[in-house]
Amino acid sequence: MIVLEGLTKRYGTTAVVDAVSITVERDSITAIVGTSGSGKSTLLRMINRLVEPSAGRVWIDGRDTADEPPHLLRRRIGYVIQGNGLFPHRTVAQNVATVPRLLGWSDARIAARTVELLEALQLDPARYAHQYPHALSGGQQQRVGVARALAAEPKVLLMDEPFGALDPILRAKAQEDLLAVRRRFGTTIVLVTHDIDEAFRLGDRIAVMRHGRILQCDRPAALLTRPADPFVAELAGRGDRALRLLSLTTAGDAAEAVPADGADREPVVRIRADATLREALSDLVWRGATRGVVVDPDGTVRGALRVDAILAHGRSC
Amino acid sequence: MATRRRIDRLGGVFTLVGGVALAGAPFVVFKPNRIVPGVPLGVLIALHGATAVAVLGAVVLAGVVAVFVANPPLRLVASLGGFVAVALGAAAAGNAFTPAGDLIVRIAPGAGCWIALIALGLLAADALTRLRPGPWTRLLLLAAFFAVALAALAHGTFDHLSVMREYRSNAGRFAFEARRHVELAFGSLAAALAAGLPLGVLCHRVPRLRAAVLGSLNFVQTIPSIALFGILMAPLGALAAAVPLAARVGIAGIGAAPALVALFAYSLLPIVANTVAGLARVSPAAVEAARGMGLTRGEVLARVEWPLALPVILTGVRIVLVQNIGLVTVAALIGAGGLGTFVFQGIGETAIDLVLLGALPTVALAIASSVVLDALIEVAGGAQR
Amino acid sequence: MRRALALWPLLALGLLAAFLVAPQRFAPVFAPFAAYGAPPIYDQGNLFALALAHVAIVCVAAAASTVVAVGLGILVTREGWTEWLSPSRTIVNFGQTFPPVAVLALAVPLVGFGEEPTLIALFAYGLLPIFENTIAGLAACPPALRDAADGMGMSPAQRLWSVELPLALPMILEGVRLSVVIDVGTATLGSTVAAKGLGEVIIAGLSANNAAFVLQGGIATGLIAILLYEGLRAVERRVCRTIRID
Repeated sequence: MIVLEGLTKRYGTTAVVDAVSITVERDSITAIVGTSGSGKSTLLRMINRLVEPSAGRVWIDGRDTADEPPHLLRRRIGYVIQGNGLFPHRTVAQNVATVPRLLGWSDARIAARTVELLEALQLDPARYAHQYPHALSGGQQQRVGVARALAAEPKVLLMDEPFGALDPILRAKAQEDLLAVRRRFGTTIVLVTHDIDEAFRLGDRIAVMRHGRILQCDRPAALLTRPADPFVAELAGRGDRALRLLSLTTAGDAAEAVPADGADREPVVRIRADATLREALSDLVWRGATRGVVVDPDGTVRGALRVDAILAHGRSC
Repeated sequence: MATRRRIDRLGGVFTLVGGVALAGAPFVVFKPNRIVPGVPLGVLIALHGATAVAVLGAVVLAGVVAVFVANPPLRLVASLGGFVAVALGAAAAGNAFTPAGDLIVRIAPGAGCWIALIALGLLAADALTRLRPGPWTRLLLLAAFFAVALAALAHGTFDHLSVMREYRSNAGRFAFEARRHVELAFGSLAAALAAGLPLGVLCHRVPRLRAAVLGSLNFVQTIPSIALFGILMAPLGALAAAVPLAARVGIAGIGAAPALVALFAYSLLPIVANTVAGLARVSPAAVEAARGMGLTRGEVLARVEWPLALPVILTGVRIVLVQNIGLVTVAALIGAGGLGTFVFQGIGETAIDLVLLGALPTVALAIASSVVLDALIEVAGGAQR
Repeated sequence: MRRALALWPLLALGLLAAFLVAPQRFAPVFAPFAAYGAPPIYDQGNLFALALAHVAIVCVAAAASTVVAVGLGILVTREGWTEWLSPSRTIVNFGQTFPPVAVLALAVPLVGFGEEPTLIALFAYGLLPIFENTIAGLAACPPALRDAADGMGMSPAQRLWSVELPLALPMILEGVRLSVVIDVGTATLGSTVAAKGLGEVIIAGLSANNAAFVLQGGIATGLIAILLYEGLRAVERRVCRTIRID
């Protein structure tokens, strides 16, 4: 758990980050979103003390980070930046081993961890471990950057626009990978982005930042249904907020028990349980159906889904 | 950043170096004649009464300002004041220790005096850097500095110091050799520009020529200067012997001709290489656009390529000029003249004052040239933005 | 093409070695340049020993220049020391503006005749290229890499040693190479103040008006410069193979 308390950074008389207090739950993803110059990167960099706060405190798992030498603190915290920051003169394996070496791990432990991470990020160790970064594609470099950040088994991972340099298709893939990695390693992640879609996609909670202040830090759905501020409403998307809301719930969660009657009057539309309600609605509209059947990947029917039930989800949650 | 630093570390180090030198090393050296080693005199023995108070006061003030004051104009004034005070202090010691009418006794500035002057000079240069003067201001300051220094020399302020004594006994030759030095350095530069600029343009246009020309010019640079001077003695001597006309216009195996040819050869590489590099800076798109607007090749060169390449070419000129001013001193070995004559004569006679008579003006000339060219480079580059 | 490139430094090395070991074999080559009745090959000392002394002086001076210039270059690029950049640059530039002959002459009363004045002159003269290249190499380190190194918990010294210096190494080595080549030629001047080296041969030729001596001294020095240049470039290429910043 990360607790930020009254965190402030002043340069001269202007406060770039102004008395920010938020709590990040263990094993959750908090996305800090804001326009450029909102102070979101500075806020992130105060967590691992790359920027020293002017005032306020940061606790990680109950320990005040100010009590520890900054470089030792940073070795316990994973850090991923835009454009990956891989060392061009070191191989993929050497890059991944950076922090474990600083911590003095044994060679065998480092080698095992490197293999485990590269495999988890779908990079064949036999093929890539001894390559230099310039021989890799942008997407592969980004994955090595994530592997490097996770190498020393940090409980906290800080990510500063980690997918900013990737094209939209690679970015979607990288986002999926991140969710998979989080499920596997169970890490508390704080992620800075200017992309509200990315925030909705990844964040368990989203903190909207402007002029150095947190306007709202809440569950994604709450940002849409109860925006604390016109700016938040604007950023979250006034025009398509209903559709955004639908994309936060899966068909499996919204499925109702199959009603006994009338199931055979319409053609049956099968909806995957892990599809979002937005995707389910789109599919039903396209096929001209008013309801579908939600099925699990193994083919068992979980329930039914009616268009009017989906629409109801788009008004609240 | 949170706490304002009170003490200037840089100023502290220079003040410490200058102070220790003044306190520990001889301020002047008293020599009964020009050859013998002489007696070192500390600053408190060399200076008396009001002079001592004035000089030391100015130096202490410069040190205090350097350590505790951040204001650049104040730092500049204080360090220049200290510089002038130390120079005048040495002159005063020269006057005080020279018996009236005596022409044999030598008073030479000692290590303490030189180091203090260098430390104060560096402090002044640092203050000037912090002021960020424009190129024209820098040229003006340089001119003012030289005007003051020359006026002081002409007035006879330093006449009782050993280097000026040496100058007195070589005054006629000094003017001649100094002129020769400048002629050789600038003459070879002019010749290199006349040949190197067209060659550079040609190399830019014909890529196949580029590697060959730059390769051979690079090779010339690896030949040691004295060897190149020497190697050229033979063919030029033969030319003079075979063609009387050549001998009549001054071509000879020893003297200025081989020096000029060798300096020309050394100067070509920076000029040609920088012309090529400067022209390569011009984007093909800009040239294409100019051609598209109907400019001829010559007009493109004059109006598009040349202005963009000029700062880079001037950087080459700066390299050549500073290098040539130094190399001309070596040319004295083959009888080409120049200020190096005094340096080598001084080495031969172990007369350090004579060495300084050759070396100090050479250094001043090199520094002045680099300051002037740096300013010109900035002017040429600034015109683009 | 590649093979030819690799071959010619070897040829130069062979030629130089042959000349230094058995100079008399080359007498017919230099005879036409010798003054009437004078020996065609330098006979007042062992050429091989002179060449060794020459290279030794250059190596010692270049090593000293490298240590000081790299150290200074690192210092002035550290946080909190940047105000030293401009004065350091002035001092180092001064070292190259000051003609080496003058440095030699002024060093003699301080340290006497022999190798020492030459070492001082070469040291001062060779600082500039190494210093400038060190600074340029360190400045070329992308900010993202410095940020990544800090973010992973490297101390400033660890960051310098394992990220910044390895990345700056090709540039630094290039500076050392330039410095060494300048030093080889400039070291010949040392013979005017009685340092051992190939300059001795050239000076002897100049004073006896014997072009054969001047030529052989000059050619041997030139070959040494070229060989050191190529040798150092080979080292650089090996180092650079793994370092590439895209």
